Amino acid sequence: MTKFKGFALMCMLTLVIGALAACGGSDNGAGAEDGSSNGSEGDQVSGPIAIDGSSTVYPIQEALTYEYNKEHPEVNVTVNSSGSGGGFKKSTKGEIDLSNASRPIKDEEKAQAEENDVQLHEVELAYDGLSIVVSNENDFVDELSVEQLKQIFVDGNGATKWSDINPEWPDETIKIFSPGHDSGTFDYFNEVVLEDQPMKEGENTTLSEDDNVLVKGIEGNPNAIGYFGYAYYAENEDSLKVLGVKDGEDAEAIKPSPETIQDKSYTPFSRPLFTYVNVASLKEKPQVADYVEYMMNNAGSAAEEVGYVALPEEEYQSQWEELQGMIEE
Amino acid sequence: MATINHADIQKNIRSKVIKNAVLKWLFFLATMVGLVFLVLLFYRILTQGIGFFSLDYILSFPAPYPEEAGIFAGLMGSIGLMLIVAPVSVIIGVSTALYIEEYAKKNKMTSFIQANIQNLAGVPSIVFGLLGLTFFVYMFNFGYTLIAGGLTMALLILPVIVVAAQESIRSIPVELKEASYGMGATKWQTIRRVVIPAALPGMLTGTILALSRAIGETAPLIIVGAATAIYTTPDSIFSRYTAMPIQIFNWTSRPQEEWQYVAGAGIIVLLIVLLAMNAIAVFIRNKFQKRL
Repeated sequence: MTKFKGFALMCMLTLVIGALAACGGSDNGAGAEDGSSNGSEGDQVSGPIAIDGSSTVYPIQEALTYEYNKEHPEVNVTVNSSGSGGGFKKSTKGEIDLSNASRPIKDEEKAQAEENDVQLHEVELAYDGLSIVVSNENDFVDELSVEQLKQIFVDGNGATKWSDINPEWPDETIKIFSPGHDSGTFDYFNEVVLEDQPMKEGENTTLSEDDNVLVKGIEGNPNAIGYFGYAYYAENEDSLKVLGVKDGEDAEAIKPSPETIQDKSYTPFSRPLFTYVNVASLKEKPQVADYVEYMMNNAGSAAEEVGYVALPEEEYQSQWEELQGMIEE
Repeated sequence: MATINHADIQKNIRSKVIKNAVLKWLFFLATMVGLVFLVLLFYRILTQGIGFFSLDYILSFPAPYPEEAGIFAGLMGSIGLMLIVAPVSVIIGVSTALYIEEYAKKNKMTSFIQANIQNLAGVPSIVFGLLGLTFFVYMFNFGYTLIAGGLTMALLILPVIVVAAQESIRSIPVELKEASYGMGATKWQTIRRVVIPAALPGMLTGTILALSRAIGETAPLIIVGAATAIYTTPDSIFSRYTAMPIQIFNWTSRPQEEWQYVAGAGIIVLLIVLLAMNAIAVFIRNKFQKRL
């Protein structure tokens, strides 16, 4: 008897869902989602474009799609920000047209795409300089080498106090502020500094997916150190001090600035921001091809508007020519 | 003859009066903790957000510039979600509660189900997001649409509604039901005419709390694919959508300071919608309370 009642309950659930689905289906005919009609009469393109991925790249795509939507209101663009990894999860299944990423695609993601017969083409949209910052109240550090950064951040490297790195520095515990493990920013830092060794954790480490939390934490503490995208430093220049980075003991310390980030002298922390274009979408959906062309023409100014650094103009051109070749193939 | 020891009583009473007063102030203090923080929160949000709060703001889509950004897409998306979440979760939740309280035999199986429902209420919301992704997005093939998001949220708040509905059904005096049976009413007639009306105020309170949680959730919606930037409002349950908390979350994580104020304005809109929902529920509750 109990069994039957449980079954009845299940039936009810299915019925409700079914009824809802049915009533939605009827008025779906004229719905926006039903944009599979990729009518490309002349220049008028329409249909959906789905973009997902890194929240670091999101502001650039938002700026681009906003202006694009004004010119092409019949194209339904949606931009999600579920993280670089979240974007690749969808793009490697072919679910979305563009996949934003603040790091290059990983090998296992590439394998996933191949398995699903999805071809992704890497496009560089802008540069960001991963900035190593301390509080303005910190008066002893101005520059660090990559080696010293490893001492500070890698677990078990012995340096828990500033004086462990340089005896002239205060005998105070280093407080670490880092983006969370899911962020592309952490992935990039991991590649350059941690090299897959675990980062220090515990009471002296604060992890947050919200970079503004990191900014607030570092601001008020002279013994804190942290890292995030250049835009967050640029907005908080008054309260933060950005450190010069020496790539090697004898190298010159370089501070991030639009110039040093663009000409890549700010190594190793000048990083490109990507979007990965689904090649099948590019070829088969005229609205995607149209948007990608718009994107390549305007990505530089959009990037600067939201606080990133544009690529040299000719790099957008050469990347677009490559994409154009694919469309015409 | 027993004599009344006045001195003793005096002493006893004094300590009891003091105890009473201390406890009263302790409870009052506890109430104030919540209230003070609520007022602080309101003050901060109002002072931060009011500058950006305008009709234009309510009717604009996401934009890359703080002055042009608006919450219209999020507002419409959240209302759309609630239109799915409320009926689905209430119908299923109340049915579940009625089954467990009125029909199911009180055996081990029932108490097992009961314990699990209560545990479900404590499951992190992101887990429901993954569940929604597996079932609604992929298995039912709804894609990243409003209906997938709505059903995921409905599942998320279901346990809260079930537990609240059960509690209110249990609190109905057994005499009411017995009187109904005594008049020759069937089980279903008793449930419809006695149990549901009597339990309704309690059910509605639970529903308000649950829906308030649903309208503020972000994590599961990101998993089931709610968009961040979208320039259309949903026109069917199979539309792409966004929701207010997602917009607010995105704005708060921006580096430029103005976005914090844009987010503040978003929170004001969210609070207004929340208050409107609560007002509707209170209205329905009062209407039914008078009838009994």
